[in-house]
Amino acid sequence: MYKTFDVAIIGGGVVGCAIARELSRYRLDVVVLEREPDVARGTSSKNSGVVHTGINVPPGSLKARLNVAGAAAFEALCRELDVPFKRVGKLVIAMRAEEAPELQALLTRGSANGVPDLEIIDSETVRRLEPNVSGYAALHAPTAAITCPYSLTIALAENAASNGVAFQLESPVTSIVPPGEAFTLTTPSGLVNALLVINSAGLHADRVARMAGLSKYRVYPCRGEYVILDKSRCGLITRMVYPVPPKGGPGLGVHITPTVDGNILLGPSATYIRGRDDVRTTMAMRRQLLKEAAELLPGISPGDAIAAYSGVRPKTVPSSRGGFGDFIIEEPPETLGMLHLVGIESPGLTAAPAIAALAREWVLRYLPRPESPRFNGRREPSPRFRELVAESQAALAAVDPDYGQIVCRCELVTKAEVLESIRNPLGAKSLISIKYRSRAMMGRCQGGFCGPRVVDLLRETGVPVDRITLRGGGSWMFAGTTRGTANGAGRAPVTTGAGDD
Amino acid sequence: MIEMERVDVAVVGGGPAGLAAAAAARTAGAGRVLLLERDTRLGGILNQCIHDGFGTKVFKEALTGPEYAALAIRRAHDAGVETRVDTTVLELDPNRTMTVISRNGMRRIEAGAVVLSMGCRERTRGAIGIAGSRPSGIYTAGAVQNYMNLRNILVGRRIVILGSGDIGLIMARRLALEGAEVACVAEILAYPSGLARNIVQCLDDFGIPLHLNTTVVEIHGTDRVAGVTLAEVGCKGGIRRRTRRRVECDTLMLSVGLVPENELSKRAGVVLDAVTRGPVVDDAYQTSVPGVFACGNVLQVHDLVDYASLEAEKAGTSAAAFARTGALPAARIRVLPGAGIRYVLPQRVTGGDAIDFTMRVSKPARDAALVFSSDGREIRRLQQQVLAPASMARVRLGRGRLEGLSEVMVEVAG
Ligand SMILES: Cc1cc2nc3c(=O)[nH]c(=O)nc-3n(C[C@H](O)[C@H](O)[C@H](O)COP(=O)(O)OP(=O)(O)OC[C@H]3O[C@@H](n4cnc5c(N)ncnc54)[C@H](O)[C@@H]3O)c2cc1C
Ligand SMILES: Cc1cc2nc3c(=O)[nH]c(=O)nc-3n(C[C@H](O)[C@H](O)[C@H](O)COP(=O)(O)OP(=O)(O)OC[C@H]3O[C@@H](n4cnc5c(N)ncnc54)[C@H](O)[C@@H]3O)c2cc1C
Repeated sequence: MYKTFDVAIIGGGVVGCAIARELSRYRLDVVVLEREPDVARGTSSKNSGVVHTGINVPPGSLKARLNVAGAAAFEALCRELDVPFKRVGKLVIAMRAEEAPELQALLTRGSANGVPDLEIIDSETVRRLEPNVSGYAALHAPTAAITCPYSLTIALAENAASNGVAFQLESPVTSIVPPGEAFTLTTPSGLVNALLVINSAGLHADRVARMAGLSKYRVYPCRGEYVILDKSRCGLITRMVYPVPPKGGPGLGVHITPTVDGNILLGPSATYIRGRDDVRTTMAMRRQLLKEAAELLPGISPGDAIAAYSGVRPKTVPSSRGGFGDFIIEEPPETLGMLHLVGIESPGLTAAPAIAALAREWVLRYLPRPESPRFNGRREPSPRFRELVAESQAALAAVDPDYGQIVCRCELVTKAEVLESIRNPLGAKSLISIKYRSRAMMGRCQGGFCGPRVVDLLRETGVPVDRITLRGGGSWMFAGTTRGTANGAGRAPVTTGAGDD
Repeated sequence: MIEMERVDVAVVGGGPAGLAAAAAARTAGAGRVLLLERDTRLGGILNQCIHDGFGTKVFKEALTGPEYAALAIRRAHDAGVETRVDTTVLELDPNRTMTVISRNGMRRIEAGAVVLSMGCRERTRGAIGIAGSRPSGIYTAGAVQNYMNLRNILVGRRIVILGSGDIGLIMARRLALEGAEVACVAEILAYPSGLARNIVQCLDDFGIPLHLNTTVVEIHGTDRVAGVTLAEVGCKGGIRRRTRRRVECDTLMLSVGLVPENELSKRAGVVLDAVTRGPVVDDAYQTSVPGVFACGNVLQVHDLVDYASLEAEKAGTSAAAFARTGALPAARIRVLPGAGIRYVLPQRVTGGDAIDFTMRVSKPARDAALVFSSDGREIRRLQQQVLAPASMARVRLGRGRLEGLSEVMVEVAG
């Protein structure tokens, strides 16, 4: 019969993966069930990547508590897992005198939440800190930080996997039979039994709850679109630049966020939508984002855009009602043994380490297991060529020639790094999995140059050409081979072209 | 430790421009000329252009891209150029010291003069901001060409092409020959942006419709492209909503322009032209950084490789002169694009020798003239039957015609 896991986690977003890694400290048999062919394919890869301080959340709320606790743990976690983290600070800009009281309100709220070092600064100081930004006054939050959200999610998952957590990808849970002895979860690849279940299915958490017979939750998807600017614009700002949050609106307003890789993000917008996974981008919003951002930061132009994306917030309040909705993290009496995490919108990334700690306490109450002596929370740092000084790059290439071979010219990713990303412990092999792990195909040419080279490397590791996908599933990349090529699709030998060794 | 070496002229990029520049530098007397190419082979973009139509000016015959490349490579080697492939130039500083890397490790190369010939890259979906979902099946034309011609891989079965640039047109024919169905080519402008002969030979001959004043407003499909919505563009650039229609396809191929690849140049402090997005140069093809020269697609996007090679020969010759003497005559005469001219190169000239100007007009014109003037005084007038943005115009002004002037302007006159 099927093996019974101690804990099944539904959803491989940053929250599910943080919980998995936290549980891997203990002698627990844990499985993560993820619908997509890789982790970090949902909201966790489509956000601003900001480690929030806690100025935007009402004191006393669960959001406030977990935000502040998560932020406090974040830097150490990133260091352990070799994930980028930069404490760049943040400015909330009041454009006019009328907006200044809003800054005071944010400061008061932040202080009540225990956010340190907040300060209101005048327009001159704004200029001095950020010469390209103008405003009447600003709230300066120096402890605000940025991270790479999908790198963190992947690192949490890979570290959890190396500490014994099982990952079942392409495994959407379609039904849940509540326990006799254990829960039985159905996925297309088979049944999974588990004593405890954690529902961290993000945008689909209400549906997963319904599978277990609990119909009280409702998620209202609210999309946020972004535009990514070319690295050549990275000198424009060093800190995050936010407007005063729009009153009663569903988001924090269109802000300008530097990324850990040196790009700039504009966004997000906030539009309630019907389809939860509808991450399309629109012309109208692109224009509006560029326009609004240019008000905060004159000097941005449409020609600087290299890509666009959007992420969807799992709101628990409908647009008609508006206002604040707290995280819901609970084990209602109807589904004992199942912990639900619903409405984990911003600051869910920041709060993830604290949510994981909370979930751990819940699991240990049921299953008080000892710590595992084999747990190793450190992920060996693997070199990121582009971030090194020339001397270190030279040293790497001297030891391993694959570090001397640039595959992605825009982001300076070497063959060694692409190969390592192909060999990832989760076995995810689609192009997006390689992209999120290595940064190849993420620069200004968006894979126009290195795409074919990455495809070569994938084929060399044994993936046939007709099995190469963008993101798994039906996202095939190639229709086959050209005429006159031996024996049809997929079996084509790597031909003698430029880029083939 | 990072090894250091010294050369007289270093050339960055081994496409036709780099090859011609390097050969010319040797011929002009430079001692050690080193050409660095990051790809596995020399020849640049020509390696994937297996159609013919190259070389009628330089080699006096119609060649395919790889044939043209082979001749250019032979010329460079015969001239005594040292070449290194699989070698990427990571950094160039204003004193002409380069950091390069290959499987053999990292090196620093100090050069008496540097020629930039890195070519260009294609504009992407993100750059032009096409709305919609994010499925697989969206490719740039150059990438499709690379997959097909260098890797024997077919990217899709039913294709919509956005943009009527030459690469897109050539790929339309190539895809049709491979048995893929090309549904149509959509072009946002009122006229095609590729050469007239390519419209005939690549679209008309294959019955592929070209829709002008039309663009892709949305991409559909969750996993793979399932279709695109096309719409006409009004005279003010707005979308005419009533003309929206969906076309089923599994692939969207973009041929929406090329951008000179100047990241290396920028970091070396080279000043770029806002219109060409290539360096500002003088008639020796010297950039704003002394001893650094530029030619080929990194300078301006060429439609004919022959002109890229010719321009490169001049740049290579100048680089050899700089490496020998350490300075070139100052270029004091400013060249300005006037009415109807999108850009003109070089932007500054010395005025001594004969000068080849290259330029593109802003919109198509018939029976018009290209007029060079200074302070309202006409210097030269060239009557042209057709002027099209797609074809680069070249005009030579003979020796001495600009002497003593401070400014020349080029314009299109009815
Ligand atoms: C526009 C935007 C900006 C944001 N900015 C920030 C920010 O700057 N800072 C911050 O702290 N937070 C931010 N957030 C919030 C943050 O991104 C989320 O709170 C966080 O990513 C939620 O993670 P998650 O794991 O709960 O959800 P997800 O990442 O969505 O993961 C849920 C996973 O469950 C899977 N799944 C769904 N159904 C099933 C099923 N039936 N079976 C198996 N698997 C299933 C999905 O495929 C998905 O992978 C932002 C959010 C948005 C939308
Ligand atoms: C698809 C296509 C079809 C065309 N069709 C025709 C035609 O039919 N007829 C015609 O006459 N012309 C045609 N052209 C135009 C012609 O091919 C180009 O004008 C010419 O190739 C430009 O040469 P180049 O040397 O400037 O650039 P490229 O050929 O692009 O060469 C640049 C080289 O520099 C290398 N490089 C870049 N950066 C670095 C670095 N940092 N370190 C090391 N190396 C580097 C690149 O790898 C590349 O090999 C076509 C062009 C294209 C793109």
